[in-house]
Amino acid sequence: MTLDVFAPWEDPTEKPLIQFKGVTKRYGSFTAIDNLTQDIYAREFFALLGPSGCGKTTMMRMLAGFETPTEGQILIAGQDMAAVPPNERAVNMMFQSYALFPHLSIWDNIAFGLRRMKMPKAQIEERVEDMLRLTRMTQFSRRKPHQVSGGQRQRVALARSLARAPKLLLLDEPLGALDKKLREETQFELMDIQEKTGTTFVIVTHDQEEAMTVASRVAVMDHGKIIQVSTPPKIYEEPNSVYVADFIGDVNIIEGAAHKTSDDGYDIKWAEGQEPIHAKTTAVLNEGQKAFVALRPEKISIAEEKPEGAVNAVKGKIIDIGYLGNISTYHVELPGGVMVKAQATNTRRLSRRNFSWEDEVWLSWTLTAASVLER
Amino acid sequence: MKRFTWFNATSLTLGFAFLYLPMIILVIYSFNASKLVTVWAGFSTKWYGELMRNDQMLDAAWVTIKVAVASSTLATILGTMAAYVMVRGGRFMGRTLFSGMIFAPLVMPEVITGLSLFLLFKPIFTQMGAHTIILAHATFAMCYVSVVVSSRLVSFDKSLEEAALDLGCTPFESFRLVTLPIIAPAVISGWLLAFTLSLDDLVIANFTTGPDATTLPMKIWSAVRLGVNPQINALSTLMIGVVTIGVIIASISTKRAALRQKADEQAAAG
Repeated sequence: MTLDVFAPWEDPTEKPLIQFKGVTKRYGSFTAIDNLTQDIYAREFFALLGPSGCGKTTMMRMLAGFETPTEGQILIAGQDMAAVPPNERAVNMMFQSYALFPHLSIWDNIAFGLRRMKMPKAQIEERVEDMLRLTRMTQFSRRKPHQVSGGQRQRVALARSLARAPKLLLLDEPLGALDKKLREETQFELMDIQEKTGTTFVIVTHDQEEAMTVASRVAVMDHGKIIQVSTPPKIYEEPNSVYVADFIGDVNIIEGAAHKTSDDGYDIKWAEGQEPIHAKTTAVLNEGQKAFVALRPEKISIAEEKPEGAVNAVKGKIIDIGYLGNISTYHVELPGGVMVKAQATNTRRLSRRNFSWEDEVWLSWTLTAASVLER
Repeated sequence: MKRFTWFNATSLTLGFAFLYLPMIILVIYSFNASKLVTVWAGFSTKWYGELMRNDQMLDAAWVTIKVAVASSTLATILGTMAAYVMVRGGRFMGRTLFSGMIFAPLVMPEVITGLSLFLLFKPIFTQMGAHTIILAHATFAMCYVSVVVSSRLVSFDKSLEEAALDLGCTPFESFRLVTLPIIAPAVISGWLLAFTLSLDDLVIANFTTGPDATTLPMKIWSAVRLGVNPQINALSTLMIGVVTIGVIIASISTKRAALRQKADEQAAAG
């Protein structure tokens, strides 16, 4: 059985729902968004990921209409949004603070947007009941927002923003106020609701796990620019820069000089008297150019003896062990003082573990395990 | 730390005595049977009865209430608008100057406010009276209202208004349907404050009144100049009652607003 993969961004005939065209936003001398061009397609779950102050919230607020671009154009469904006020956009937003109206019941909160549409009363009732069912809040509909829990408030906020059936739903750190367990559950709920309603979701988050879990594509941002846009696996496995590799998950960055060995093979010389790192990459590097090897800790094997036939093998000493239960992270010092993190799954019980502090171990990884990055 | 000490008890008694003894004496003497204000001749409510038959006093009371209701309503509308612009208007040229100017009348001597209003009204209105007192009271009460309302607006989560816009409200609808209901307790206490201020103002009313409009404080003032009359005591007692009730309602509604705000904040913090 083959599933149809959802990837409208690879289809040149597909029309994007949202288009940022050379958008710049300045606040005085501070540039929040720097000449940004990006397409987002219908039914996508698009995540804007970055540290605070990277411009992700500004991008979202421009889509909602609370900010206007200093330069450039934003199009939604082909229409220039410059002159369209927030209340006339087919866009709804779920606020970080949820922004539930404290003086209205949960039912009235959800009905609020529908009443503004001059929808007939019977239809409003039907729609609110639908939304309550979708978010499993039916039994709480008569309560005030402060009479329900944080997770329930989050669901009410979602129901309220979905009630008007927007073309585009913006979610500003929607799960930030929830604790870890509830957040993980809610992530799957969000994906489920997004699929059921077929709405395009744009989510702003600084939590990379959240972005990776929910999104069809992730845009990693820094200083008002999008550094890389790709599917979660590609962002993780094929980062285009040290910044992205470092921002998403844990990574070892080893700096060295590149030497071409074959069409797509390079040797990275990283320390005097050490075997260079052998790696395959699609990047084209000049002879002797500075390059960075990005290596995920879980892609490194750790062994007492030098593994036979390993393409890359380095000897080092265990300095620190981080025990996380299911896995352990070993901090290994390589000759020349470079520290490398390697992860191993704890398939055996602790008492049977092989490695301890100060042990000499061999780290090894395959030809394709590492990414070679220019910057 | 021990809460009750003789020092604390003494200072509390002295403080309250200083504040309330004159009023208590006034209230007690309003129930005096004697015509002489300083001689106690037994309990009686006859001065209240006489007060009710004193048409001049009743007229003055009626004028005072009309002026207080109209001026506090006007002050509340203007003060709320001013507070909204100051808190929500963002940065504009001279914002600090404007907000300073709104609060300046709080510390302006009443005589100066009264005189300047008199100089303003004199050439505009052919005759001064209740309408000019209303305008004058609205002018000075407005800044009290805007202080009360803006303190509520400062802590108001702006994303609530954005949510209203996002859900299809025009800016005015967002104010009417979301902002106003939430700041209503502050608006109400602002109105009550303005009402009590107008009720007991003598100086400004004196400057801006005309021949047909005499408010109660003015009536009392002129009556006292002819000698203190037990009726005045009775009237003053009633006024103390009205003002006290107003202040109590205002402080309860402020307190409830604060509690509710706390609940909202806890709700937001999740």
